[in-house]
Amino acid sequence: MATTHVAVSEIEAAQGQQRIVNDLSIQVATVNGSGSQSSNLVLLRAIFQMGIPVSGKNLFPSNIAGLPTWFTIRASKHGYIARRKENDFLVAMNPETAEEDVRTLEPGAAVVYDERLNLNQIRHDLTFYPVPFDKIVTPVCPDAKLRKLVRNMIYVGVLARLLGVDMAEVEKALRKQFKKKVKAADLNFKAVLAGYDYAEKNLEKADRYWLEPMDLTAGKILIDGNSAAALGCMFAGVTVVTWYPITPSSSLCETLIAYMKRYRIDPETKKATFAIVQAEDELAAIGMVIGAGWAGARAMTSTAGPGISLMSEFVGLGYYAEVPGVIFDIQRVGPSTGLPTRTAQGDILSTALLSHGDTKHILLFPSSVEECYTLAIEAFDLAEEFQTPVFVMSDLDLGMNTWMSNAFPYPDKPIVRGKVLTSEDLDRLGGFQRYRDVDGDGVPYRTLPGTKHPAAGYLARGSGHDERAIYSERPEVYVNNMDRLRRKFETARNRVPRPVIERDDGSDVGIIAYGTSHWAIVETLDQLKREHGLEAGYCRIRGYPFNDQVADFIRRHQRVYVVEQNRDAQLAGLLRLDLSDDLVKKLRSVLHYDGLPIDARSVTDSILAQEAER
Amino acid sequence: MATTTLPSPPQKVNRIGLEVVAYKGNKTTLCAGCGHNAITERIIEAFYEMGVEPYRVAKLSGIGCSSKSPAYFLRSAHGFNAVHGRMPSVATGALLANRNLLPIGVSGDGDTASIGIGQFVHLMRRNLPIIYIIEDNGCYGLTKGQFSATADLGSVLKTGVVNDLPPIDTCALAIELGATYVARSFSGDKRQLLALIEGAIAHNGTAMLDVISPCVTFNDHEGSTKSYSYVRDHDEPLEEVSFVPFFEDISIEYDPGTTKDITLHDGSHLLLKKLDSGYDPTNKGEALRALTESHDKGEVVTGLFYVDTGRQNFIELLNLVDEPLATLPESRVRPPKSALDEVMAGLQ
Repeated sequence: MATTHVAVSEIEAAQGQQRIVNDLSIQVATVNGSGSQSSNLVLLRAIFQMGIPVSGKNLFPSNIAGLPTWFTIRASKHGYIARRKENDFLVAMNPETAEEDVRTLEPGAAVVYDERLNLNQIRHDLTFYPVPFDKIVTPVCPDAKLRKLVRNMIYVGVLARLLGVDMAEVEKALRKQFKKKVKAADLNFKAVLAGYDYAEKNLEKADRYWLEPMDLTAGKILIDGNSAAALGCMFAGVTVVTWYPITPSSSLCETLIAYMKRYRIDPETKKATFAIVQAEDELAAIGMVIGAGWAGARAMTSTAGPGISLMSEFVGLGYYAEVPGVIFDIQRVGPSTGLPTRTAQGDILSTALLSHGDTKHILLFPSSVEECYTLAIEAFDLAEEFQTPVFVMSDLDLGMNTWMSNAFPYPDKPIVRGKVLTSEDLDRLGGFQRYRDVDGDGVPYRTLPGTKHPAAGYLARGSGHDERAIYSERPEVYVNNMDRLRRKFETARNRVPRPVIERDDGSDVGIIAYGTSHWAIVETLDQLKREHGLEAGYCRIRGYPFNDQVADFIRRHQRVYVVEQNRDAQLAGLLRLDLSDDLVKKLRSVLHYDGLPIDARSVTDSILAQEAER
Repeated sequence: MATTTLPSPPQKVNRIGLEVVAYKGNKTTLCAGCGHNAITERIIEAFYEMGVEPYRVAKLSGIGCSSKSPAYFLRSAHGFNAVHGRMPSVATGALLANRNLLPIGVSGDGDTASIGIGQFVHLMRRNLPIIYIIEDNGCYGLTKGQFSATADLGSVLKTGVVNDLPPIDTCALAIELGATYVARSFSGDKRQLLALIEGAIAHNGTAMLDVISPCVTFNDHEGSTKSYSYVRDHDEPLEEVSFVPFFEDISIEYDPGTTKDITLHDGSHLLLKKLDSGYDPTNKGEALRALTESHDKGEVVTGLFYVDTGRQNFIELLNLVDEPLATLPESRVRPPKSALDEVMAGLQ
């Protein structure tokens, strides 16, 4: 730390500009498959270790190697972790995109670039830092085959020098990244040092951006949403996991496999207290969940939009035969293959009503990595409590990007298994009727296959059935069952996670958002207040069916902007189905659907434009 | 559970003291004379004779005439009539949740060989411990008689439509892919079918039985290769099958030179008396050759084509705890706080 600070003060004296501290976005433009992810995560973690709130977003192509990829790191002393549209610092490593990347920068931004690209000719209102990456890497890495990967570590050292990142933190972050691969860590750190050394000797600081230690990340963790959800599943007591690989959901089950192998092997027998199966497709994955849920397991699968579409028929069966199961939808851009590596909230409407006939499903909307964890646990409880498929609607931005978070809390209540009758219960009751609404809440009692009692068995089916689960096509029997299912859904309305009324100060203007849009709204609220004196209320929805508090929030405001990351105002559409006409009239939409994570400025501008039109 | 009101003579019971009525189900709603009803009777008989506790059984099916039949046997067992062609995944999930279940899946030729072929092949590949019965009539009964993918080349519909595509042989597929007990039978051959179902109950692994089961309404006419008369005329048993359950001694005399004794997982025996020269049901290549030749000759070869009593089943491969996962207590499925603390420390 000491060496960095001496150096910084020298450079600082040499320039007269106003310093911007701990408030910048760095964009690294590289080629997919060049090992830049490790470099970017090391940089991100080093900034995090300096106590500065930070977030990282990977904008990658649907490709293994060769296509352009961008990684943005935002450091914000205000704690803002949404995407920012503007970048202050560009690392241009990709010849293919470098020129356009430079052209889109705001005046005053800085560019670290591969010397060969001659980018400094393009504009004169930026600060350029040329770096001869090939010349630097050769002595560091004699093995030519590894050079491509190690080369990207050089810019970590250059940025550390230019921005004032503590090298001790860089080394710590790097060793954490490479874990037990000590030789690889040593080689990569040599590259970082070479970059630092080059910058110190050859580059004169001429931009305004600096990073300085703060204390805002103590006790915090860095994790991606899929890993967080995997942890939630494990602590929820998941026992059957069936999945089919699809971006951006695969890492959820892959991470879960690793955690389960570590923490869910029976210590005495060395056998697994879980089954994880890679299915032949999403049809089979959800079929196995339904079979396992019926037989009493806490079962789950994880997928993205195309998988959800395939699961549609089975989910209707799960709804109608009343079988618990948890389905994670890590949403990406559709329709069809769409933009498979870009983010969206585009499956809301189709998932809420997934399958044919009258079907409605419980949806949960995590906004943060912490909620990926807590709502995963909640989802398993809800699925068993309501004997129905429950969806956790995450997205690529949340699932695959690295987020800062408080450490996750250990579950504070026992696992909820719902209304399951044992053979002792059946002895006492003399029998049971599978689909009878005994308690008036629409939720019937079930037995599990293998229950040793002559009255336990019943035939679950997707065809019409009466309260005893016997096949029936009688009109009144069908209506009775469908009305009970609606009653069950109404019971869930005030059992799903309540909305968070983040702010409600009697303003005319309210904002409703959910999922990852939250982080843009946090910033938008400040922008509206700071720049326009507008103190909007904010209700963050966390579950469907909508809790009564959502309607109450809308009632208290004159105009309510529903912010979402899709074209068709899907959640607003669901609200319209639920709300009375006077409340529907209050709804406006702010929509963002270009595949990039939503940013605050876009939301603020849209709200202001609609307010001005009024 | 029995509804008989007339005084009846003392009923026969099986080895666990249950009467055969405990293995029956609701009255069938299929057509009179449907081959599926005869198969249902053999299933009832087999589970009764083996003395299986009905609560241990899980009945699974897809959609179609065949898939209705789990309602007609083992009334007190749990069952799941799932979606068309996707019973295998539901069965797999159920077994993952509770490895102690004894699953029997009943499917049809449309449910298995057309819409369900994807899940069928993966079930066979996994060697899931299940009895998988195809009630095979070569047509879609419930939608009024269209051809299915097991219809033979040249078979004719009532409407005169001729099938111009070759059939999918589900037995050949099952053998090729890894099922460990593969047989074909005929709903009209009571003795052979009963022995093969009993053998399937005793087997550990996927027991796949393709049972030709004529559709009396849509596919039992002249020109059909799945009619009662065609199958009777062309049925070529590979061997004479006898089953001796584990709880009985082998009382019949047999010549080891002409009869092969296969000891199954639970200690039961299948005695296969050779009818032609030296068919060996433990030889995969021979099984596939027998099937190919039967197609070439237009014969319906029946019997046990292939058996492998040594291969691990899918549940064994997963190294699960012995108890059903479904009912493990919270203490065994929610790791302690120290585990979460350790993970969190690693992420700081």
